[in-house]
Amino acid sequence: MRFMVFVPGNAESEAGVMPSTDLLEEMTKYNEELVKAGVMLAGDGLHPTSKGAKVRFEGKERTVIDGPFTEAKEIVAGYWIWECASRDEAVEWLKRAPFDGGVEIELRQVFEMEDFSDEMTPELRAANERLGEQIEGRQ
Amino acid sequence: MAATATHRAIDAVWRIESARLIAGLTRIVRDVAVAEDLAQDALVAALEQWPGSGIPDNPGAWLMAIAKRRGIDELRRRVTLERKQELLGRDLQTLQQLDQPDVLAQVDEVQDDVLRLVFMTCHPVLAREARVALTLRLLGGLSTPEIARAFLVSEGTVAQRIVRAKRTLAQARVPFEVPGRDELAERLSAVLEVVYLIFNEGYAATAGEHWTRPALCADALRLGRILAALMPREPEVHGLLALMELQASRLRARVGPHGEPLRLADQDRARWDQLLVQRGLAGLRRAEELSHGLGPYTLQAAIAACHARAPSVDGADWPRIVALYDGLAALTGSPVVELNRAVAVTMAFGPEAGLEVVDALADEPALRGYHLLPSVRGDILARLGRPAEAREAFVLAADLCANDRERELLLARAVACEP
Repeated sequence: MRFMVFVPGNAESEAGVMPSTDLLEEMTKYNEELVKAGVMLAGDGLHPTSKGAKVRFEGKERTVIDGPFTEAKEIVAGYWIWECASRDEAVEWLKRAPFDGGVEIELRQVFEMEDFSDEMTPELRAANERLGEQIEGRQ
Repeated sequence: MAATATHRAIDAVWRIESARLIAGLTRIVRDVAVAEDLAQDALVAALEQWPGSGIPDNPGAWLMAIAKRRGIDELRRRVTLERKQELLGRDLQTLQQLDQPDVLAQVDEVQDDVLRLVFMTCHPVLAREARVALTLRLLGGLSTPEIARAFLVSEGTVAQRIVRAKRTLAQARVPFEVPGRDELAERLSAVLEVVYLIFNEGYAATAGEHWTRPALCADALRLGRILAALMPREPEVHGLLALMELQASRLRARVGPHGEPLRLADQDRARWDQLLVQRGLAGLRRAEELSHGLGPYTLQAAIAACHARAPSVDGADWPRIVALYDGLAALTGSPVVELNRAVAVTMAFGPEAGLEVVDALADEPALRGYHLLPSVRGDILARLGRPAEAREAFVLAADLCANDRERELLLARAVACEP
């Protein structure tokens, strides 16, 4: 299962202030843990909302609203995409993240078409690279 | 927290911690069976205590502390029961190590332990099935019933495989270490083979009525990602991971709206998983940068990448794919590779050329009874406008095929050849 974790922004991230060395170090260590556990698929930090924009939709009307946006609760400053076996595992990983100060980090499951059907196809006919099972002498 | 919620949380903790726990314990007690027993004891203790006390802040350290305490008790008990004498040198050393403060704090050491454990569970002294079962159990954190379900065998069979494997490792005195440079390539290829076997079992079930067991693909991908993080300088590790990610990117496109299987040519490429495609292509680049002469997995990943980059089957760079298969055939000498090369040659240079390659495989003993040989031959004959012979080939392929879904498809193709 795939999960997306939203890291909310705050006054510092909005001001473009980089986190302290200590926090960066802790975050780096945490990210390494995620990678070494095979959980991390992607993760990025986002520029402040002052560099962003919103587009408002009203009938055929499209209105562009330039950042910054002040509704701090709605600001996302970064995200991760994780692959975990269950929601519980994702929660367990999130609990280990180095956050503090009452911040709440939201975790959501990504919709995947591949809540696979049982049906699959052999594809050698077309262009198969399924060589795995019987390759001899792979020294 | 309700007991069931705690149990689910404990399952999650176990999945996260068990490999590191068992690896760390194996370093101390030097026996993977004893290490796993101690880890299981700790798990039982967690199941007893955590529903009442809540989950500790550092569950990994908690489990390790309990396991070590059990290890000490066990050693002392053994001495009083059996020998009624002083501890022997090695046991004393083990006891001292068990008594030392927690090693979990030393992250690098723990990671090294996990890598040593990988080389142990994938040791060539074990049969393939044993390697697969032991690796999924000790490194993937899967239970015996989960492994049994995944491989469509009985729990008893899996349990027995695991017990025997542990015994074999102990009897052969397989050391708990990362192999030296001189044997690393060979030992690493045994590790990669295990991971790819697991992936393939999930990607295309070899028997039974289900097409995929996607959880196994996920387990193999996870193992591949762990290996890539533990051995970042090994090109073939990145090559294998890239191959699996590129293949997995197509999983969801392989089924049509009515659950019918779709061939590569009929797949909606917009449904390929772009995150996995991009990760696969990046992994392939890493493997190519690190390689001096591409290894078999990197070559296969390069072939998969040709498809990932192509707008359609016909739009793939088939001459390049043939060249990559040439390299792979030279490297492996495998008839299965040669069969794949026949498909690529057909696409690049036409069915006559492809038929030549396939017919050269007619007497290949390794492919006797392999349904894909007549299946490919049927496809090429159909392209050549020889429907009667094609039909015969598809019927033969269906007879040889152990997968129900695939058999249906082959029979449908046979019927389609009829005038």
